[in-house]
This record gives sequence, C-alpha cells and structure tokens, in this order.
Amino acid sequence: MTESLISKSIKRNEDPRLLTGNSTFIDDIEFPGMLHVAIKRSDYAHGVIKSIDTSEAKKIPGVVAIYTAEDLGDYWKAGPLQVPPPTAIPGAIFHARPLECIAKNKIRFSGEPIAVVVAESRYIAEDALDYIYLDVEMLDYVGDLEKAVEPGSALVHEDLGSNLAADVVQEVGNYEKAAAEADVVIKKRIVTTHVAGGAIENRGFVAQWDDNMKILNCWATTQGPIPMRNSIARYLGLMENQIRMINPSIGGGFGPKIMSSQIDDVIIPWIAMKLKKPIKWFEDRRENFLGTTSERDQVHYAEIALKNDGTILGVKDVFYHNTGAYDPYGMTIPLNTQTHVISNYKVPNYYTEIKMVFTNQMVVTPVRGAGRSHGIFVMERLLDAAAKKLGMDPVELRRKNLLPPEAFPFKTGVTGQDFVENILDSGNYPMALEKTVQALEYDKFKKEIQPKLRAEGKHKGIGIIMFTEGTAVGPYEGAKVMVGVTGKVNVVCAYSNQGQGHYTTLAQICASQLGVKVTDINVVIGDTGQFQWGVGAFASRGITLVGTAVHQASLKVREKALELGSKLLNTPKEELELEDGCIRIADLPEKSISLGELAMKANPTRGTVEEGMEPGLEAAAYYGPPHGATGFGCLGMIIDVDAETCKPKIERLVLTDDCGTPINPMIVDGQLHGGLQMGIGESFYEKLVYDEYGQMVTASYMDYLFPQASDMPAKMEIKHSVTPSPLNPLGVKGIGEAGAICVPACFMQALEDALYENDLDIVESSLNPSMLFHYVQKAKSA
Amino acid sequence: MKPAPFDYFAPTSLEEALEKLTDLGYSGKVLAGGQSLIPAMNFRMARPAALVDLNKVTELSYIKPTQDGGLAIGTMTRDSAIEDSEVVKRLFPIIAEVMPNIAHKQIRNRGTFGGAVAHADPAAQIPALSLLLDAKMKIQSKKGDRWVDAQDFFMGPFMTVLEPEDLLTEVLLPGLVPGTGTSYKQISRQRGGYAQAAAISKVVMDGIKVKDVRVVLFSVAETPVLTKEPVRVLVGQVPTTEAIEAVAEYVAQNECDPGTDIHGTAEYRRNLVRVLVRRSLTEAVERARK
Amino acid sequence: MADKMKVKITVNGTLYEREVEPRLLLSDFIRHDLGLTGTHVGCEHGLCGACTVLMNGEAVRSCILFTVMADGADIKTVESLGTMEKMHPIQEAFQEKHALQCGFCTPGFLMTTVEYLGKNPNPTAEEAREAIDGNFCRCTGYENIVEAVQLAAKKMAAHEQ
Repeated sequence: MTESLISKSIKRNEDPRLLTGNSTFIDDIEFPGMLHVAIKRSDYAHGVIKSIDTSEAKKIPGVVAIYTAEDLGDYWKAGPLQVPPPTAIPGAIFHARPLECIAKNKIRFSGEPIAVVVAESRYIAEDALDYIYLDVEMLDYVGDLEKAVEPGSALVHEDLGSNLAADVVQEVGNYEKAAAEADVVIKKRIVTTHVAGGAIENRGFVAQWDDNMKILNCWATTQGPIPMRNSIARYLGLMENQIRMINPSIGGGFGPKIMSSQIDDVIIPWIAMKLKKPIKWFEDRRENFLGTTSERDQVHYAEIALKNDGTILGVKDVFYHNTGAYDPYGMTIPLNTQTHVISNYKVPNYYTEIKMVFTNQMVVTPVRGAGRSHGIFVMERLLDAAAKKLGMDPVELRRKNLLPPEAFPFKTGVTGQDFVENILDSGNYPMALEKTVQALEYDKFKKEIQPKLRAEGKHKGIGIIMFTEGTAVGPYEGAKVMVGVTGKVNVVCAYSNQGQGHYTTLAQICASQLGVKVTDINVVIGDTGQFQWGVGAFASRGITLVGTAVHQASLKVREKALELGSKLLNTPKEELELEDGCIRIADLPEKSISLGELAMKANPTRGTVEEGMEPGLEAAAYYGPPHGATGFGCLGMIIDVDAETCKPKIERLVLTDDCGTPINPMIVDGQLHGGLQMGIGESFYEKLVYDEYGQMVTASYMDYLFPQASDMPAKMEIKHSVTPSPLNPLGVKGIGEAGAICVPACFMQALEDALYENDLDIVESSLNPSMLFHYVQKAKSA
Repeated sequence: MKPAPFDYFAPTSLEEALEKLTDLGYSGKVLAGGQSLIPAMNFRMARPAALVDLNKVTELSYIKPTQDGGLAIGTMTRDSAIEDSEVVKRLFPIIAEVMPNIAHKQIRNRGTFGGAVAHADPAAQIPALSLLLDAKMKIQSKKGDRWVDAQDFFMGPFMTVLEPEDLLTEVLLPGLVPGTGTSYKQISRQRGGYAQAAAISKVVMDGIKVKDVRVVLFSVAETPVLTKEPVRVLVGQVPTTEAIEAVAEYVAQNECDPGTDIHGTAEYRRNLVRVLVRRSLTEAVERARK
Repeated sequence: MADKMKVKITVNGTLYEREVEPRLLLSDFIRHDLGLTGTHVGCEHGLCGACTVLMNGEAVRSCILFTVMADGADIKTVESLGTMEKMHPIQEAFQEKHALQCGFCTPGFLMTTVEYLGKNPNPTAEEAREAIDGNFCRCTGYENIVEAVQLAAKKMAAHEQ
C-alpha cells in the first residue's frame, strides 16, 4: 500500500530557500544593461488631458525614453475585459469599460498612469517624473456611490450617459409577498469599507526580448500567468510560445496581482522589444496604494422579513457596488455578494439587485474575501438586528434558520460568479455553530460571567456568526506529472503561488500515489515554458482544481508504472506496489525496480515500441468542476472594550472551519490565521480614504494602518470539521478566504454586546475608536 | 520611492559640523538618526539641497549624570541607548517608561534624542518629555553657545528657535526632587504609532497634599502643551478623585486644540485628553505617595 | 547629480569598498550593488520592516538609511545566517512552526529576531509578540511567528549547552 500523505502536516519544501534568502523575487532579477521604469501618475482624479510635456524630463542625463499614450500610437488600446459580462443572468445590464493601460484623452482617477519613464536607474527615472508637466481641464470628482447615479452627476464615461456600470436583479420566490405576510420587517443601510490587498511585495514586471531567437522572456508577479501571457501575445502579435512567462517567487497576492492589461504587461514588453533592452518595473508602496486595485466598497439597502418566532421569510438587498474608474473584472465581486447573503440560512424569498457604479477611484477587483464578506456582513447584521427586535438570543435565531445537513446539495436559485446556479455542495452548519458555541462556553458567558462583569462596570461582549466561503470555481486547471531518470518527480502546472504552500501540498497529493518522498517532488508553478494551460490563482481554487489535476495525472503515471513494472517483473499489476521510490512485488519486496530505472525504460532509445505507446512516466490531466464548492464555518469572539477610550481588545477568538478534506492541516491553519488578520484589519484598522477632491489620503503605511502582531489576539483558537466535497475525488474545497470573510460581522456583534447600555446599531464593516465613540455618543443622545 | 539628489557632508567633529552648517545656511539640513527625515525624502516631500550628517561626530553621543542628580544627554544619543540605560531608569523612570512607545526597536536603534527634540513633531514623545522635565537645550553655532529652556524652544509644528547655522548639541535635564511620581498615558491606533492624544504627569507630594505638579499633553496642539490648570488647582490641595477629574475635564476643554483627521475627531481626542490626564495624574500621585 | 562618495562597509564579514551616490539607500546598496537579494523592500518608508538588517549588531531598517551613513559599519543580512542545507536555529524554528507563507517579509523577521534573542534569550509569548511588532506580515497572522521566536530561543539555548 502506498502511504497516503493527505491530511498530514508536513514541513514545507519551499521554506529552506525562502528562509535563507535564496528565493528569486521579481526585484531580484537583474540583467546587464537593464533599464528601469518609473510611472508618472495623475495627481488629479478627473479631467481632460490637454497636454503632457515630457521635453524637460527627457533632457535629464540617464533618461532613455518617455512614453505617453500618444507615443504608443495604434498599439494603445483598452482592455480586454478579464472576466466576461454576466450574460447568463436574464435581464442583466452590463457596460464594459475595460482598463486603459495608460490614460489617453481623459484621466479617471488620481494615480492613473499618464507617462512611462525609462532610465538607467530607478533613481533617475523618478527624477524625471518631477519634470513631466500635465495640463488638465478639471472635471468634478465622482466619489459618492449613491450620488454618482443621480441625474446631473459628472460622468466617468461620458458616452454612457450615466455612471451606472451594471444592474443585475436576481429573485428567488417573491420577497414582497413574504414581507407583506411577515410579523417583523427590519430595514438597514449597511456600508462595507474600502481596503487594499496589501501584499508586502508590490507588483513587478521584467521583460527581455531575445531578438535572435524572437523570444520574449517575461517575469511577472501575476496570479494568472497563462491569461497574462496570452494577453501579451495578442497585443504584440506573437505566438504564445514566443513568450515565456515565469512567476518568480511572489510575495503575497491577495487578489490585486491577478490583474492584467496594465502598464506591466502591455507597455513594458513593448518597450523591451522596441529598445531591445531588458526592462524592469517594480511598483513602490505609494503606487500600490494609488494605482493597484482594491475592494469592498458597497452600500446596501437591506431588509429581512421574519415571523415572531424568528423564522426568516425573506431577504431583500439592493446594493451599490463601487467598481472604480473601469470594470475590467466584470461582476465577480457583487455576484459573490449576492450568493453569500443567503448561503447559510433557509431564505425562501430573496430579492437582490446590484447597482454597479463607476467612480473616479482606483479600479475595484477582488481582494481576499471578494464580495463574500460583504454578503455575510449584511446577513449577519440583519440577523443581529432581528434578534434584538424579537428579543431572541442571537445564537438561537441562527440555530433556528440554519440550512440543515440533509439540505445538501442545496440549490440557491441564484447565479454565481461562475455563471451557473450557485449550488452549495455539502455542509453541516449546525455542527460548526455548536462547536464554536461550546468552545466559547457561550451560555456560561451570557448567563454567569457577563452579568458579573457588567455589575463590576466592565464591558466585555461576545459575538457568534456563521459564514460560508464559496471556493474552487471553474473553469479548469491542469498539471503534468513526470518521473525523472533520478527517480525524483516533477509536478508542473501554470497556476501561480504567492505563499499558499503548493510546493508541498501538490507534492503530498502526488507522493500519495507514487510512493516517493515529498521532498523528492519538485513542483514547478507558473512557468509557461513548462506547462501551457491554466487560468490562475483566485477564489481558493488552487488545491481543489490543480490538486485534483495532479491527483489524476499521478494516477495515470501510477498506472503506467504498474503496467511497465508488471512486464519487467513478470508479475500481475495487482501484486505490485509503489513504495520507497520503487515498484516492487508486495510479497517479495526485494524484487523491485527503482522509479528512475523505470523512467529510463519508459523512454526506449533503440528498437521498436508497441502501437499507441506514449513515452515516459509522464501524464497530464485537467480538471474543471461543474460549479464551485462551498466551505463554511462559525466564528466567535469575546471582546473587551475600554468604554472610555473605545479601544477594543480581542480576548478570545474561536473559529470552526470546514474546508472539506485538508491536504496539509498546518497550512490550512496558516491560511485561516492570515485571513483572520485581514478580517481584523478590515474591522478596525485598514481603510482607504479619498478626500472630497478624489485624492487618496491613505497612500502610505503611516495612514493606512496595517495590522501588527499586537493588534491580533494572543491565540486564534481554530477548530475543524471535515465535510468532504462530493465534487472531486479528494473531497477538498479550498481555504484561502474564510478568515477574511468572517471577522467584521462577528466583531461588530461583539462590540454591540460589550457596549450594551447604549443599544448600538453598527452599520459599517470598519470602525476605529473614534467612530465607535461617536456611535456611543449618538446612542446616548438618542 | 527614491530620494532626490543632495550634497552630503559627514563631519567628524562638532567644530567641523558647525562650520559646515554656517557655510550652507538655508540650504543645509542636519541629518541625525534620519528616521523621520529619510522617509519624507523617499516620498520626495522633503528635498534638502545638502545634508550634514552627524553620525560620525561621536562626541555628541553621551548620557552624563550631573551634580544635581540630572542628566546631560548628547544630541546624537540613540533612543535605544536611553531606553536601555540603567542611569536613565534610576534617575528618570518616566523616560524609561515612555521610550518603548516610540515607534519600534529598529527605529529606536537609529533615532536620536536630540534629533527628535529638534524635529519638534507635535505628536512626538521626546519633545513633550523635555518640556515635562524642564529641559535646557544647548544650542551651538559658529557665533557661540546659548541655552534655551524647553518652554521657549518649540515655536510650532516642526518649528523651533533653531536657526539654519544652529545645532542642538545637548539636552540637559535637571534632577528630579526625591519622591517625584510620574506617569505616562497615551492612546495610539497601534503600538508604536503616533499618539492620538497623550498625557505625561509629574507630581511631588507633601504629606497628603500636592507640593508640585506638572502635566504635559502632546499630539493635541501645534506644540507639546504645558498645562496650567493642574498647578492652579492642585498645588497645596489633596488630590481627590473629584479634583483630578475636574482638572482633567478643564484641561480637555480649555488647554488643548486637537484637530480632526481620518483616525479621530477633535471631540474624540478631547475625550481622550480628559481620560488620559485623569489616569496619568492619578497614577503619578499614587507613585509619589510610595 | 551629487558627487559619488567612497564608502567602506563590511557586509556578512566581507569588506566592500564602493563609490556610491549619497542618496543611495542602504537597502538598494545591499540588494543591487552587492547582489545580496535576501533583504527585501516592502514600503521604503520605514514601516513594514522587510528590509531589516543588523548594523553593528542592532536591527535597523535599511530602506531609511543612506549607504553613506553606514560607512565603516558592520552589516549583517539574512545571508549571514544558515544555508539551505544547514539552517540557523531561528530559520529551523520558522520552518517547523510554519511561520512563513510567501516568505517575502521573513528575512526582516529573522534579523529582528537575531538581535532580540541575543539580548532576551527566554521570552514569554507576550514579549516575543512585542519584539516582532515592528515587522509586517500579511500571510501568517503572526501567531506562528510568535511561537517560532520562542522555539528558536529554546533551540539556541540547547545549542549553547
């Protein structure tokens, strides 16, 4: 029996090189004669470009070239859209305004690129930025989501006649009828905040044109190497295999690194070919804040209709979604919001409408959580309000309405980001709820501990919320497994790794079939020279899609090895085993052939072969699920608030999570830890803020507060349940976003409970102590 | 984010440094630890034409006890050297209490005491400490030396009495009266971040009554604020909970001028001043009693 | 452009004599002039700590120091610790505790920890947390890093015995 390494916490293969400074990140790539790029970005949020004067800047010694949109000539074009429009949804309106790599004619957000400087060093390139003069006819700034779609607003895209980018209605049942029959209807305006991806490594791109071989070598921090390569091929008129796109080590992604059609992939390769010089651009932190993409910004008008006994009859949610100046990423985010609102509970009647809005702000594309956290936040806030109104315990109200285990697979009736009906594949929500409730000793806290604390004047509150994590959407991923002549194994795919541990988890999946050590498996990720097919890292889909492809390819290789071994050992396949890097007779382990030798034999160099033979111990496989999977869980927190200063401290945090089969539980917990940190960041620290003129006032870590070690609870108590997904043979679901999804809803519930005297009604996913102070003041004066 | 070019000078003696500052006049800027200046230069928000780097002027780095039980601190003494100094802990426990709140260790390893005083950031701890402790600033230039009291040193946000050719070379802290109680309270968004409001108190008791009191606020006005109300109300009185509460309330309403920014409203920060003055005074009194 | 200045800087035991522009950041000197790319740059304004190196034994942020300020100094970077085959106990502890994911911020944490454990060989969890508070990590939520710092302390104590 080959030993299964699935669900084992194995140390990571990639760690030694990362820990010793031996990984190559994008800015570590150097070539002789390399030139460096700096980008001139608009200081204005909205205006018509009258002129861009680069003549002074060009005179600076060491400046090689400066390009504006005009200099690109016919090469300049917008787009394409990275995610197609939601045409699968009847009646959906969507106005495509793909990204412009560099502003032409018009500036639509502060930070938008207007010129590209190429110089001998980054220092000189930045010197040149100071001497590029932009003459702009200013237009009114569009920043308020609701006012943006009122008549008379300035227009981000004049030709549309409105700032409404999309309008998508989905309805299950009949909400209005349910509301008419309800005992209680609660309406709220709920706002979700605006946050950055915040990877510690910024974006970067290196391009090198080999003019003899006609090969364009590219290194990029992209989360989607194949789509980016194809996009470059289309722009430059090259064949795909003339471009070798390599992911170096990537220092975190969190969503924004999925983007293409930007300066990186459109202009840098063009310059490299034009100047026949290697070119590097490495984004700096200020640019990352101003010009990369961000997320979360929504305004919801939500309502819930219930019976007096707490039964949910229906939910209505009409929300504005900020897409920023363009909408290259289609409607992935707001569609996720639509599916997640109702993903935990029995909601027989649901009306949901997206009003996607163009603004003069940086483009909005997924950031870890990607619309899901907003949906969860809205539903959980509605339930908290309902519990108060009905005089019910918030946990009891949830218990009453959770989807039962026998409901799965559950068809929600709502179309999701993958343009098919959202089907919840498997789940056991009550189990997750009870695990967290028990770990936190909820009843004891409420009935014994909290009353005592309150009598002492202390403000400690508890929050418990449910969430789901829609994961593992299609279309597909692929992988190739190959046993080498040394007996070591190569696993290659064109996915992208930003720290998720694929060098180890994919090896675990492969090793479980081939009987080799995890450390003897070399995983290559995101090198289009080695594997040509794939989509990219988003939506917690890596381990499910690539993992399943690796599993299937490994099975094929295993079968090939058994076939060949059977012939060479004159033994039926059934009597053979793959173990310790060998194929051997199970009952006579000394009769064996090493995998390396077998790989040699699988590639004969003289003689003849049988018809239909495929050489090598090698196989590729591709996997695409019919629809996404759904992880789920329950988060609980106890928060201690200093009522005078409104400073909270998370005293306990208990997360029960179910991501199906965990491949490496240590890595699963790590994903949850990091997600929780982002959730805590969103709840109380991080916030992108624009002023009334559309200038971002948080374009540094001095103003954009990044959660530090001391902002985190002393211990994140993680519990698990395992409900395998029926969609794939390993039963995995994905884990990347769970932690980031669940925090704000729980945090606000706990704060309200802590400051109980004031009956707060928190309607924002992000607070700071001052905002909390004003919530209290307002409640006191009410 | 790369700084604009500048001329650079690295004198190795005080004399040479003063000479260079006189030569450069308005185009010169002193580089001490650089932990505020260099970030600003990386953003190109600061573009000095020339820097006079004091890091090789080793004679400006010292912590010397004085005869009156105080300390003379050389301008280039690193924050971490002060934080770790046994003599500082013994003579000025309040300094040891405040130091770990200044940014993070990596910054304190380079940041300097005199640099922070001369930078005069209204949200910084060290200028406020110097005011609380009634520091005397030694200012030297080619023209000669002079001493300026902390009270007269800070002119406004990032503005002091220092002229371009001047160098703050030493901060002299008079010794504390035995039995002085001190306490520091701040609220910042994050550990190591700027305080949204902060109060430092120093109390000397005479039996059950207050003999002397000094409360300094910072981050809530254009300069650190030496408050008046505590002296007016508490000296010669028993510092009851009610009296301290009333002083804190008065100070919050009348002796600071916090602004509103993305992290907090003026009203919230006034509230913090009230709470922090009360907490810091209460603790300083308790410590003075021990 | 300002004149170039001559500097002598010892990095990981090797003395380098170079001519640099005064404005050259120490982080760029280490990474690009010397090719020691284990030190990373995340913010260039002294907040994230990815660029932390040791200067005369003390942890400093190399992105907010000019190279010329390090003239005569002794610098240590992540490359001064262990190798892939034989890691330093702190590096081993980080691997064992899964205290890194993307690994970009990690060299900064390691160098901060080197200085810290040198002075505080047996930290509590709370102290270890405070020690790493000036380094940002987006992936780990810090919990495993805190544990790794404590484990590293134990490993180093065992090494010394």
